[in-house]
Amino acid sequence: MSKFSSICFHFCVPRLRPYVAGIGSKRPPDCFREYFIHKFRAMLGKNRIIFPGEKVLLAVSGGPSSCSMLSQVQEGLSQNAHKKLRFIPGIVYIDEGAAAGRSVDDRKTAMAQMQTLFEATGFPFHLVPLEQVLDLSPSVLVMAPSPSEQPGSAYKAAVDQFIQSKGHWPPRPQDQDQDQDLDQASLPDIQESHTQLLQQLMSSTKTQTAREELLSMLRQHLLVHTARTKGYSKLMLGDCCSRLAVKLLSSIALGRGAQLAQDTGFSDSRYGDIITVRPMRDYSSKEIVFYNHMFKVPSIFIPGLDTMTADKSSIQRLTESFVTKLQADFPSTVSTIYRTSEKLQTAWKGSCAADVCDTCLLCLCALDTTVGDCSYRLFL
Amino acid sequence: MYAKICLIFLFLSRGGAELLFKGVKEHHVTLPTQSEPWDVKQLLVWIQRNLLKERPELFVQGDSVRPGILVLINDADWELMGELDYQLQDQDNIVFISTLHGG
Repeated sequence: MSKFSSICFHFCVPRLRPYVAGIGSKRPPDCFREYFIHKFRAMLGKNRIIFPGEKVLLAVSGGPSSCSMLSQVQEGLSQNAHKKLRFIPGIVYIDEGAAAGRSVDDRKTAMAQMQTLFEATGFPFHLVPLEQVLDLSPSVLVMAPSPSEQPGSAYKAAVDQFIQSKGHWPPRPQDQDQDQDLDQASLPDIQESHTQLLQQLMSSTKTQTAREELLSMLRQHLLVHTARTKGYSKLMLGDCCSRLAVKLLSSIALGRGAQLAQDTGFSDSRYGDIITVRPMRDYSSKEIVFYNHMFKVPSIFIPGLDTMTADKSSIQRLTESFVTKLQADFPSTVSTIYRTSEKLQTAWKGSCAADVCDTCLLCLCALDTTVGDCSYRLFL
Repeated sequence: MYAKICLIFLFLSRGGAELLFKGVKEHHVTLPTQSEPWDVKQLLVWIQRNLLKERPELFVQGDSVRPGILVLINDADWELMGELDYQLQDQDNIVFISTLHGG
């Protein structure tokens, strides 16, 4: 099954603990590195959703998971990579400092750090303050038409069609120059009035739970909008297995059970023209942290809305605390939740145009408000 | 009993654990001499008493670190080294990395 040696597999229980050869040895284990890189390629290769020459936007928050994703993309595109990845990446960073109550100076420092990090990759990048979400037109709330319906088995045909319509491989120089636009030259301006408006919006929510959901939704809209306006057709998110397990359970608690498949699955096509993919979903947070530490993957910690909050401050935090504590005693917790999430499917795919109207205005998922007779109602 | 002075380098990196230590990521620490060798359990108590500036419940829980905080002893997972019972040696590198959202 695996090309790694059996001795290595015995010591490297990949999901739980990498092994360093000999106590005190500083040599990072090559087997772990190969395994990590292979998993990323396998995830993309298995799902066959990204076409050669396609423009893919990487959403990087500065955290370990998204920075690891960035480094895997760099690794995959490098000259000496075995079976090189063949898409054109761009990076986006959303500055949520206004929502997290950070000072303008702190935000500028963080942006500058991110800029330095991104410049080192050589990919085009976009630094976007969350305030820009307030300027978006309502059209962002409407699902855009998808390019075409492509059944999974016709991947080669889909690639051909894509290349004919807009893609080029290898990329032409003029395709790449388009992205060297102004927002790379300097840090974006943030207007005080916008910041206040955003803060008012955030403080109008009554609970931390609602605040986190709102932030997540605003961030998602801004990411999709950035992808659309800059000409990207795919958006890569850095959600890892552990985070998705927490998201799955907290989504159920929040009443988003019907949308679980899209919220936690590998690909999410609710926006129509932009498909969201989660290539890191097979990695546990522990694996990512070890890899980043051992192979010096740079990441920047930027305090967010939920930093330093107590365990019970919101449903999301409580779920995270629950899952993490359970995982400490039962190491298969996260993987069990994850395996369950893999079995979820979106019910309304491929349905007729009439369903386009039946989507939620905020999250663009199918409405689940028509509830049939259920046992609870019989009690009323 | 033979007593040793331990010099430990603590790195609180990534994930925000350093916020609990006034933003200082790297700590070079000399532990006071005592009759028995230091172990990680005692080190945690020492950290809580001497280095932790605020919100101890975000770092330690009971005897151990809060679940979600990974501990690396000389770049190896502490689970392989005996966790709390590992006896500290001079010049050991201990790294605490938080994988949690909330700090």
